[in-house]
Parts: sequence; structure tokens; C-alpha cells
Amino acid sequence: MHEMSLVISILDIAEAQAREANAQAINRVNIEVGALAGVENEALQFCFAAARRDTMAAAGELVIEVIAGRGTCRHCGQDGPASELMALCVACDEGTLEIFQGRELRVSSLNVD
Amino acid sequence: MCDTCGCSQPAEAVTFRRPGTETPAHSHDHAHPHDHDHGHDHQHEHHHDHDHSQSREVKVAQDILQQNDLLAAHNRGWFAGRGILALNLVSSPGSGKTSVLERTISDLRETVPLSVIEGDQQTLRDADRIAATGAPVLQVNTGKGCHLDAAMIQRACDELKPVPDTVLMIENVGNLVCPALFDLGEAAKVVIISVTEGDDKPLKYPTMFAAADLCLINKIDLLPHVNFDVDACEAAARQVNPKLEFVRLAATTGEGMDRWYQWLRDRRAASGGETD
Repeated sequence: MHEMSLVISILDIAEAQAREANAQAINRVNIEVGALAGVENEALQFCFAAARRDTMAAAGELVIEVIAGRGTCRHCGQDGPASELMALCVACDEGTLEIFQGRELRVSSLNVD
Repeated sequence: MCDTCGCSQPAEAVTFRRPGTETPAHSHDHAHPHDHDHGHDHQHEHHHDHDHSQSREVKVAQDILQQNDLLAAHNRGWFAGRGILALNLVSSPGSGKTSVLERTISDLRETVPLSVIEGDQQTLRDADRIAATGAPVLQVNTGKGCHLDAAMIQRACDELKPVPDTVLMIENVGNLVCPALFDLGEAAKVVIISVTEGDDKPLKYPTMFAAADLCLINKIDLLPHVNFDVDACEAAARQVNPKLEFVRLAATTGEGMDRWYQWLRDRRAASGGETD
């Protein structure tokens, strides 16, 4: 369950940034998670609820923005959606996709007091 | 914060041991109880309607894995500076990673010096097997952790002190999911699948096959006895990763091992290490 490791990193980043901004508490942590990143968002939420205790985000929430997968077709060269890593190009229905979007794992912003 | 269970104790459950040593190099008893009393209710006693007049947005834009990736980059530089070819071996439990390593160490004893970092949740068993071959080995026990990370490899290298111009095999925790996300600073990921598993595994665990450079298909001596289509397996893996290379082998009989050794020698030459 690597989601707990990720949540620890998320809280480390959030607390460091919140302290730098002289904040007292973290109300919300906004993160971006690529749909193809190999991460379960429910598990992230579950771990966050457990891990936030005794941090500046003790009463904070985790808001996950899912970044849809996109890739370039290895056959016809068109850019298109990738619902999974081995998705076929929707334009030609022949090539698999070189993924260029959808693997993100990023803390985008915080809401702090 | 402990990242094995999320409790508020420090994350020190990971141990680093050499075979033949009784106590971990860095011991930690992880004595905190996991049976919390559940006295807190889950009714969200905090209210979301409190006045946020003081609240403000702070822009962050930081990769969650940044700390691991930085340490991995440090490891990669450390390996490159010493001409060490580091490989990250990943697979399900039971695919034969340790058997492949045992055979490789024995067969290449005279030509390619190897050392090994063994990752498992518990026990020195794999490290003992490697130690019996005579290769330097360090066991990392991750406790409840499901993967090795770059910090563990940095610390393991401090203990193991791999010799310059050698090959360092990092046998990750048997798990086709979590290790895919954690860069250790390796030159390549080698994913191992055995023919006693399903040939559709690349479709079930695409993230790992997408991240790998080489796929070893092990236990091919058992092909007559199992329902495993090697071509279908390779085709499935190529669907997620067209650049993936394959070697079909059997660590117990030695069949196909030569191609794996050739791949190792080629990689070693490319990484600046000595060739034979």
C-alpha cells in the first residue's frame, strides 16, 4: 500500500509550505493525481484521514483533482485520450499510445489559516 | 509519522542487516501499540462551515515524489561516478528472483562481480541464500512496507559499500504494484515473470511493465506442464511498453541464461563498467 507513503510525502510538503507562509493550520490540500499514475484515490483519502492527526492538517481535507490520461498514437501520430496504459488510439484504432499526460502526482495548492 | 501504519511514531521500522549478524545494523523495536482504542468518533467533529475569513490559498506545485526522486538522482550519480551498474529487480513473490540471482552470481563469478541488496518485509532468508554464493549482500527488511525507496538504497549502500566497476542487483520486495512508483536510482528495471503465473499479468499490472526495461520470463522448463502462452505474454507486455526487451530462461536448468548475461554485459559496457 504505497498510498500511505505518498500521503506522508503530501503532508510533509504541505506542512513545509504552510510554515513558510506563516500559516497556523491547513484547511485543505489540493493535489493532482493522474488517472494512469497507479494510485488509488480512495486509499489516498483513507490514509490521509489517518495520517493528518497531529499535523497542521489535523482538521484539513484532501481534495483530489484527477488528470485524465492522454497520449500520442504510435501508429498514426494523433493525440487522444488514454483511459488506461494500453489504450488504443481512438482515431485509428490500431496504435497504442505514448502517454504524455496522466501520470501526475503533485501538490498543487493549499488553503491555510 | 510512521509510513508503515500511519501512526504517529517515527518511521524506523526498516532494518538493514548482513547475514550472520544477530541484530539489525539499525535496530528499532517498533514498540508502539497498533491496537488504538478507537475512542475517537468518525462523525467529523470539525465543522466545515467555520469562518474562513483568515484563510488564504498557497500555491505549491510540487511533485509528491520529489523527495524520493531527488534521492534517486543522488544515488544514480553515486553509481555513475563509481561505474556501478545498478539494476532494480521487480516481480510478484515467487517468480524466482533470488534463484535467477544465485545462478547469475555463480555463472559470472569470474567475469562480472556482483553485490546484492535484498528487499523483503521480514527475514534474512534471501540474504542467506545470496551469502552462500559468496557475493556481498545486505538485507533490507521493510517491516510492513511494500517497496524499497531511494533513501533505503542510499543507506544500504552506506552499509554494503559496493565496489566500483561492479554490478549491484537490488531485489525489490515481491510486489508488482508499489515498487513501480519509486525510483531507486537504478540504471534499469528488470521485471521477472514466471510461466507458473498467468500470461495476462502484463495487462493486469501495466504500470510495472510500462516502467521496466527488460522482462525475464523464468521457469520456461515448466512450459510443457502449464497453460502459459509466452508469445501472448510478450505481446501483452509490448502493448504497454513497445521498448520492452525479453529473455526467456530457466534459472534451475540454465536454459536461456546466456542471453540474460549478454544483456548484462552490454548494459555494463554502456554504463562505463569494465567488460571482460
